[in-house]
Amino acid sequence: MSYRIKGQTGEWEVVIGMEVHAQVTSRSKLFSGASTKFGADPNDNVSLVDAAMPGMLPVLNKQAVRQAVRTGLGLKAAINLKSVFERKNYFYADLPQGYQISQYLEPIVGEGTLILDLDDGATREVGIERLHLEQDAGKSIHDQHPTMSYIDLNRSGVALMEIVSKPDLRSPEEAGAYLRKLRSILRYLGTCDGNMDEGSMRADVNVSVRKPGDEFGTRTETKNVNSIRFVQQVVEYEAKRQIKLIEDGGEVVQETRLFDPSNGTTRSMRSKEEAHDYRYFPDPDLLPLVIEQSFIDELSSDLPELPDDKKDRFIKDLGLPAYDASVLVADRERAEFFEVVAKGRDAKLASNWMIGDFFGALNKNNLELADSPISAEQLGGLVGLISDNTISGRIAKDVFEIMWETGRDADVIVEEKGLKQITDTGAIEAAIDDIIANNPQQVEQFKGGNEKLIGWFVGQTMKATGGKANPGMVNQLLKKKLAD
Amino acid sequence: MTKLTHLSISEALEGLEKGDFNAVELTEAHIAAMDELRDLNAFITETPEKAREMAAASDARRAKGEAGVMEGIPIAMKDLFCTEGVLTTAASHILDGFKPEYESTVSANLWNSGAIMLGKANLDEFAMGSANITSYYGSVKNPWKREGDDTTLVPGGSSGGSAASVAARVAMAATGTDTGGSIRQPASFTGIVGLKPTYGRCSRWGTVAFASSLDQAGPMTRTVRDAAIMLEAMAGYDAKDSTSVDRAVPSYKDAISGDIRGLKIGIPKEYRMDGMPEEIVKIWDQGIAWLKDAGAEIVDISLPHTKYALPVYYIVAPAECSSNLARYDGVRYGLRVEGSSLDEMYENTRGEGFGDEVQRRILIGTYVLSAGYYDAYYNKARRIRTLIAQDFQKAYDSGVDAILTPTAPSAAFGVGENQDDPLAMYLNDVFTVPASLAGLPGISVPAGLSSQGTPLGLQLIGRPFDEGTVVKIADVMEKAAGFTALPQLIAGGK
Amino acid sequence: MSVDKATVAKIAKLARIRVEEDKQEALSDELSKILDWVEQLSEIDTDGVEPMTSVVEMFQPQRTDEVNDGGYAKRVTSNAPESAHDFYAVPKVVE
Repeated sequence: MSYRIKGQTGEWEVVIGMEVHAQVTSRSKLFSGASTKFGADPNDNVSLVDAAMPGMLPVLNKQAVRQAVRTGLGLKAAINLKSVFERKNYFYADLPQGYQISQYLEPIVGEGTLILDLDDGATREVGIERLHLEQDAGKSIHDQHPTMSYIDLNRSGVALMEIVSKPDLRSPEEAGAYLRKLRSILRYLGTCDGNMDEGSMRADVNVSVRKPGDEFGTRTETKNVNSIRFVQQVVEYEAKRQIKLIEDGGEVVQETRLFDPSNGTTRSMRSKEEAHDYRYFPDPDLLPLVIEQSFIDELSSDLPELPDDKKDRFIKDLGLPAYDASVLVADRERAEFFEVVAKGRDAKLASNWMIGDFFGALNKNNLELADSPISAEQLGGLVGLISDNTISGRIAKDVFEIMWETGRDADVIVEEKGLKQITDTGAIEAAIDDIIANNPQQVEQFKGGNEKLIGWFVGQTMKATGGKANPGMVNQLLKKKLAD
Repeated sequence: MTKLTHLSISEALEGLEKGDFNAVELTEAHIAAMDELRDLNAFITETPEKAREMAAASDARRAKGEAGVMEGIPIAMKDLFCTEGVLTTAASHILDGFKPEYESTVSANLWNSGAIMLGKANLDEFAMGSANITSYYGSVKNPWKREGDDTTLVPGGSSGGSAASVAARVAMAATGTDTGGSIRQPASFTGIVGLKPTYGRCSRWGTVAFASSLDQAGPMTRTVRDAAIMLEAMAGYDAKDSTSVDRAVPSYKDAISGDIRGLKIGIPKEYRMDGMPEEIVKIWDQGIAWLKDAGAEIVDISLPHTKYALPVYYIVAPAECSSNLARYDGVRYGLRVEGSSLDEMYENTRGEGFGDEVQRRILIGTYVLSAGYYDAYYNKARRIRTLIAQDFQKAYDSGVDAILTPTAPSAAFGVGENQDDPLAMYLNDVFTVPASLAGLPGISVPAGLSSQGTPLGLQLIGRPFDEGTVVKIADVMEKAAGFTALPQLIAGGK
Repeated sequence: MSVDKATVAKIAKLARIRVEEDKQEALSDELSKILDWVEQLSEIDTDGVEPMTSVVEMFQPQRTDEVNDGGYAKRVTSNAPESAHDFYAVPKVVE
């Protein structure tokens, strides 16, 4: 169902393109040997090069090139054998060189694609325009002094990949799905940690509106949005603002805007706007970057299995429903966890347990997968006990609770608490006989045609066996006995 | 005995090795010379104490048998090379008080080879100029004067302080940097040898950048042999400079054999420009004759895009400089002139911190890179730069070993002359700029005197990384020229 | 190509150089003259000629990803006109 916004003049379509800045996972910076570690003391991760001392020169980090190429491969994109670093010239307090080294006319990665996984299980292809490498800027801190801003260059020169999508997204949901999927791919590849809180992934959101079928409208660019929820808010707010503007007879101005998370609105950044002329030109301190096809092939053969492929495999080889598969592959840790749980076991049962009780418990306790008190092996152990009829699904829920509390293995708990399922026909029959003997009235009613009462008998039997009787056997024996 | 300050590097190395004198004595003689000729304004910062310490250490190394190729030689360091803990200004107000926390690769190489620093030599601000009149620290005087004329002459630029100190026997040698002729032209104006190596031969790390695709450090000395010795110490691959070339440094002085028989010397017809002074034509013809007499084969060649080199240079160099100088913003080092906002602080700092010529070039560079002009100016210039490099390539492909031209279109001019019109000043570089654009090695050798008794140089341009052949031919020419004239101002008097 | 006063003011702003009003006229003349002079380049047909990026005939070297620099905040701030707590300090920036 297409996303449409109702205006006074009819329905509007929103068109979204995204420029994502993803910090390359590397030890050192793009052009210097200073550390990229988050949270260092002010200007501690700063070399003479990062501080743009006179006469300092950039030397390219090989790892950044590898990671950009790997990301390009993960996005099924064309890798350019020759690319060029250029200087983007502007003045800003946190830009020590007075220019940012970036790639402009000749980026390292060209066009590619990304598959969106939408909430209803549907998928859609989104075009990737390009990916290029560039330097991050430093940080200005405005709240430490009444009349001064403080500058910390720890981030200055950290390698970023700017990943530019085509204007193919059409709803806040798609914008969110795009970011989630991109982050997932980056994390699978290990090329960016995707941590939006620490700023290792930020999005510039380009939004325009049009009447369905019309040409693209004028877009605005909202800079540095640092959460998926905020990106969706930007899209919603900007779309409505632009529609109202146009319907009130105004015009959308192509401009840079800033998101205000406190009230979910955007505002014009006029200060950044005035007379920008970046005067790009090839950086004469750096020669053209040339990579060999063999280098690309080598990286290509070493890529991990990516979410789309993993999902296909889960569906085809493990027989999981598409929904389960997309939930499980959404991030790498989750998929790896699942593969341990399901190893040699009933995959669907494993998936049910993981997506159901296990994620439920994580959510309820506000925990990340990595902090789970139950390991993948342990959860797998529990699933195994259900599969081989050692315990019933019902009992398994209790065992799970105890595992969550104590971190102990399922089989130990089952053993200790005597929770093994009763599969001894004699024992179950004895319990049933008792119940039939003590409840002639119910037996009468059942035989008189009230077949719904079977449930009541099952309940009584389970109660009598402390819940341990195999429910299938209880059903079967009850039907037999009551028919006598 | 000859005065210590009059020795060449190779003579001094011999004397040091024989024990005729030690580095401390040699250095003291030069410190005294620096005192005596302070009026030349050749230094922005003198470092006599550092020189004495380095000299003592040098003598100790020599005693231990650990002498380097420049062991004990007192030199001037152009104040464009960052020197750890020593004020480094690029002759600009904007670097006020800047004491680098690091040592440039070239200066470090020289200290490692045993050279001794007398001080930081004056230059044109950010190496932009051809007369050394744009320094925030005042103009440098050429130690030469015209016969019977007391007019103060310019030493050329931008390495004017380096040239003046070497010519006046204050420093035994000096480092220079050459972007469009800044080593060769002042060498020609002061009667010394100036060698600009192939681009990529000397590391640019730690040298204040003017135009990154052109800047190259090189030696300024009184003999060709000295230039060869000093280049060997300065040159070498540096992983910190991505444009540095990983190629072994040969012994350049070993290339000097005195035998240039059979070498082909190209004479580019386009360098015979209309209105070229007669004495320049004469000295060039003289140079041709010397090389011919020494057995070289003289061939006429054509470098058809020569006349476009200067305008190309005055687009490319300002464009790069406008970006390279953006870092001087009053935030991390140097001058800050306060303002009520960040932008105002930038504008005040850069307005006061940069002199007129630097501002002019930044503005030109900003303009030619700006939207709408990039292709018409900057890209056009880069394309013609390709053609200029191809001109040289074709000449070398045809078998030419080196090219002989005048170094500059005139002898040193007086302070104040040529000064009203930036364009007239730019024309000084007309013969040196093409080799810079092509990244080729070039040397200026003193060849004779003008009609007014001031020095004139000839330039040899070689193949890429063929500095060996360049110094071999230059040495032959130097001997043929027998240039022994001394400047009027000289340490210890004539 | 003539560079008028307004253009001088505009590029001076881009380059963050304060150029007083009374100097703009002279600069406009000088820059115009220089640009007129470089105009001669348009005589040459450069179709199909690659723009030169570097005279060095090699490709970009790449270094190993190692942390071998930084960790000296005092050294990078030692020359700062104004600094505090190892930060550089500048007039307050309003975004």
